[in-house]
Amino acid sequence: MTEAKIACRNLWKLYGSDPAGFLRRHGGNPSIDTIRAEGYVPAVRDVSFEVMPGEILVVMGLSGSGKSTLLRCLARLIEPTAGEVMFEGSDILAASERELIDLRRHKMGMVFQHFALLPHRTVLDNVAFPLQVRGTDRQKRELRAREVIELVGLKGREGYYPRELSGGQQQRVGIARSLAVGPDVWFLDEPFSALDPLIRREMQDEFLRLQRVLNKTIVFITHDFDEAIRVADRIAIMKDGVVEQLGTAEELITCPATPYVAEFTRNVSHDRLLSVRAFMAPASSRKPDAAAIQAQALLASVARQVLTSERPVDVVDDAGALVGTLSRDSLIDALYGKEEHA
Amino acid sequence: MSAATLTRHEEIEPQRQLASVTKPLLVVLPFVVLLLAASLLPDWAVQVPKGWTIPFVDWANTVIEHLRDDAIFGLFSFRDLTRAIAEMITLPLAFVEGLLVAGFPNIGVAAMPWVMTAGLSGVLGWYLRDWRLGALAAGCVAYMAIFGKWELSMITLSVVLVAAPIAGLIGFGIGILAVKKQWFEALIVPFLNVLQSLPHFSYLIPIAVFIGVGHKAGAIATVIFAIPPMARLTILGLNGVAEEVREAGKMAGCTRFQTLWMVEIPSARQPLLVGVNQVIMQCLAMVVIASFVGARGLGHDLLFRLQALKIGQALESGVAIVLMAITLDQLSRAAAHKEPAHVSSDATLLQRFPFLAASVAVIAASLLLATATPIAQAWPSELTLSTAPFWDALVDWVTVTLYDPLQHLRNAMLLYVLIPVRDLFQSIPWIAMVALVAAAGWSLGGLRLALTVSGLVLFIAFAGYWERSLITAYMVAVAVLICIAIGLPIGIWASHSERRTGIAKLLCDTFQTFPSFIYLIPVIMLFKVGDVAAISAIIIYAMIPIVRYTIFGLRNVPSEIVEAGITSGCTRRQLLWNIRMPLAFPEIMLGINQTIMFALFMVIIAAFIGTKDIGQEIFRALTFNDAGKGLVLGLCVAFMGLTADQLITAWAAKRKQRLGLAS
Ligand SMILES: Nc1ncnc2c1ncn2[C@@H]1O[C@H](COP(=O)(O)OP(=O)(O)OP(=O)(O)O)[C@@H](O)[C@H]1O
Ligand SMILES: [Mg+2]
Repeated sequence: MTEAKIACRNLWKLYGSDPAGFLRRHGGNPSIDTIRAEGYVPAVRDVSFEVMPGEILVVMGLSGSGKSTLLRCLARLIEPTAGEVMFEGSDILAASERELIDLRRHKMGMVFQHFALLPHRTVLDNVAFPLQVRGTDRQKRELRAREVIELVGLKGREGYYPRELSGGQQQRVGIARSLAVGPDVWFLDEPFSALDPLIRREMQDEFLRLQRVLNKTIVFITHDFDEAIRVADRIAIMKDGVVEQLGTAEELITCPATPYVAEFTRNVSHDRLLSVRAFMAPASSRKPDAAAIQAQALLASVARQVLTSERPVDVVDDAGALVGTLSRDSLIDALYGKEEHA
Repeated sequence: MSAATLTRHEEIEPQRQLASVTKPLLVVLPFVVLLLAASLLPDWAVQVPKGWTIPFVDWANTVIEHLRDDAIFGLFSFRDLTRAIAEMITLPLAFVEGLLVAGFPNIGVAAMPWVMTAGLSGVLGWYLRDWRLGALAAGCVAYMAIFGKWELSMITLSVVLVAAPIAGLIGFGIGILAVKKQWFEALIVPFLNVLQSLPHFSYLIPIAVFIGVGHKAGAIATVIFAIPPMARLTILGLNGVAEEVREAGKMAGCTRFQTLWMVEIPSARQPLLVGVNQVIMQCLAMVVIASFVGARGLGHDLLFRLQALKIGQALESGVAIVLMAITLDQLSRAAAHKEPAHVSSDATLLQRFPFLAASVAVIAASLLLATATPIAQAWPSELTLSTAPFWDALVDWVTVTLYDPLQHLRNAMLLYVLIPVRDLFQSIPWIAMVALVAAAGWSLGGLRLALTVSGLVLFIAFAGYWERSLITAYMVAVAVLICIAIGLPIGIWASHSERRTGIAKLLCDTFQTFPSFIYLIPVIMLFKVGDVAAISAIIIYAMIPIVRYTIFGLRNVPSEIVEAGITSGCTRRQLLWNIRMPLAFPEIMLGINQTIMFALFMVIIAAFIGTKDIGQEIFRALTFNDAGKGLVLGLCVAFMGLTADQLITAWAAKRKQRLGLAS
């Protein structure tokens, strides 16, 4: 098995006067009520997960649920109160300042929620900044910066200052800057939320295209479930600092672990997300129909066929063996939820 | 959540209402009792007994003498060291002075022609903002040349141009260290607080002892005086850099040094440049006052004419100083507000470097002009204009027509206001004062604040200058009350419309740039010398902050709250007194705090026109070179200011929090 790129175990971050002492006094696992009662702010509580190389993990949650804080702990921009963070198998919390700087110069990139551009530098200089910091000579770094600026669609604005750009444009500068050094691991804190819907869509497509080529390991924060579904391999839902559930979009929708997760995923259009497999009924082993459908096909792509068929349609796996059947009723239930009886 | 807090609010409301009545009562009660019972108290409780004086002055002098005379570094004394350091300023000073006015006779190079100075100032103004600022700057320089203030003003300008960068760099360094090292910040911030509330003269006395008197000493005093504001604004600016921007630097892999140099300092550019503006203005204010230890230039000229009671000529020098102040302020302010903007990629060299190009053009043109006509090199003295006759006529007119009404006003002020208030202040038993301050501190900030402020007051009591301090306190109190009575209505009036606010702000900004010493000229003209003149000077000077803060407070009341008031049918008057005033009140209190600080600064300078308070003692200490006494007296003044400051800031913070305005 390959090694996880990033892993955290029992990660805690509390804000308050003496968070470490408080955590120790309560055996390392205080309840949320205790935390609040003693005046601490729970930002991240007991979070553990792994992100595999090339995987996109999306973190979602309401405002203040601790998403940004979690990301900062992973990049060690802030010190966690307790817990472990591993980066490519080595403990990042034990890294020296020198090692951290090296790591950030070569392996990590980050896009910030509020852009965090340097106000005194032009777009070009902002994007070239990480290269300049690691000592790349001017000509090389400007060449590279122009490349990524073109990639994010800001060609022609190289000489502008951040305050001369719109919010969306500034965010794209932030994205370009984080791409300039070609990091393995990419932390994205609501990278597209400042963009208007059209550009957002375009940037998501561009992002996915890039990802197919570059195959980075990505932790991606968003508020937008549709966006999460488009980009995510797996999604973590956070509430009050805790990861309530972590799984594929399908898992979150079909079997939500808590009412909060169910609430979160309620308004998602299911047909473009759910596959036949989750809703088929078992079938006895026989030779499948000629018009059988694939188990991993999305509901939307088979809806017409199933809904116009008089009897349940056969479902087959990759090898063509029968694995179940899908009836018109279960498809309707899947799309619109089970009818509720008074 | 808000519902929960609301109900909790209501539960404690009756209790709080009770407390809001009894608490102030408890604070003033001991004071009132002690004041009324003053005649029953034993003598030691009313007047600080002579024998109780702690010899702070002697201690300070012992230390100073040791530093001055004993060779603590083996071969040389501390004074030798300070003098050696002071020597280092002579070279840049001579260079800038040579450039601007004196020339370099030993290598046969003349000073810049005045048209070049004017032209370059104009280009600078134009580059930093627009052609109007350029015209102001060039016009100001031309005024100096044409009206016969050239040498004096250029000497003053040289001191500012040398002292400001030095003070700025030192303050900047201190600020950076404070931001990076916690222990240093804990050490330096209280020290800066005290330094910033020390009166100007207190800086001059140690300078006179350790460096001597003369132009150079004045320049050093100017440098030292301007360091604290820069340090403060550096700390403020660097702490104000958004955490996310700092993190962006870290994520790019910046080392600590790169973070500081490439991320934090450039991002804090604006507050830092505001700091530079402060430094320049402080330098100008100080270089005027440093004429007391022998700094040359406009300040010296002004001092000399005031001492000779040549008011008309003093006004002429005053106008030159004011012009210079306005120009320097406008230029440095424009620099702070100038934002970088992109240049189109097909710009010519001229468009890329407009400042450089224009400067080169000006230098070339003025060199040509200077060879063509000597008038462009130095304005000939026979063509010099003077405004002194005009000012003299004005002074004569004032003296003739306003003599009687002014005399009456002055006598009435003395008889009905100043003398009764002074007697009242002098009858306050010192323990009553300590009790009042301690009780106020305790109710506003608990034991810690109570101990701090009563410690400050006890220092003043036992330093041996209690009576003098009371006179200072009385003058400040009267002046501040009058400032409030006049400044508050002006502020309210000015806050009514955008246009009025603009006018008032412009006036405040302009008046605030004037070196404090300037304010003595008109009051001497009107009231000659004495308490009335002194208090008038304080009132004019200290009015600025109360007006400014009142406007700020009233205009920054959240607009939804005002709108809520309008929709519930408030009249304009109700709106003002029930909504805007209460919400603006904490801000107004901070304005009063500043007014007190300004008043304390001015009351000391007013010693020049014959007061009998602590300022007069400081003045005397200056003439006798009594550094220990000067220092202790300066601390007394600073501690008065800090006592008021601590109490008012604590109160305003508490009040703001309760109103939900805390930022
Ligand atoms: N420096 C800090 N000091 C105190 N509390 C903090 C600090 N930073 C974050 N918090 C608190 O931690 C909690 C989580 O904050 P965080 O910024 O991680 O939320 P978020 O999920 O990113 O929210 P958003 O979607 O609004 O960006 C919040 O309650 C916040 O108030
Ligand atoms: Mg966030």
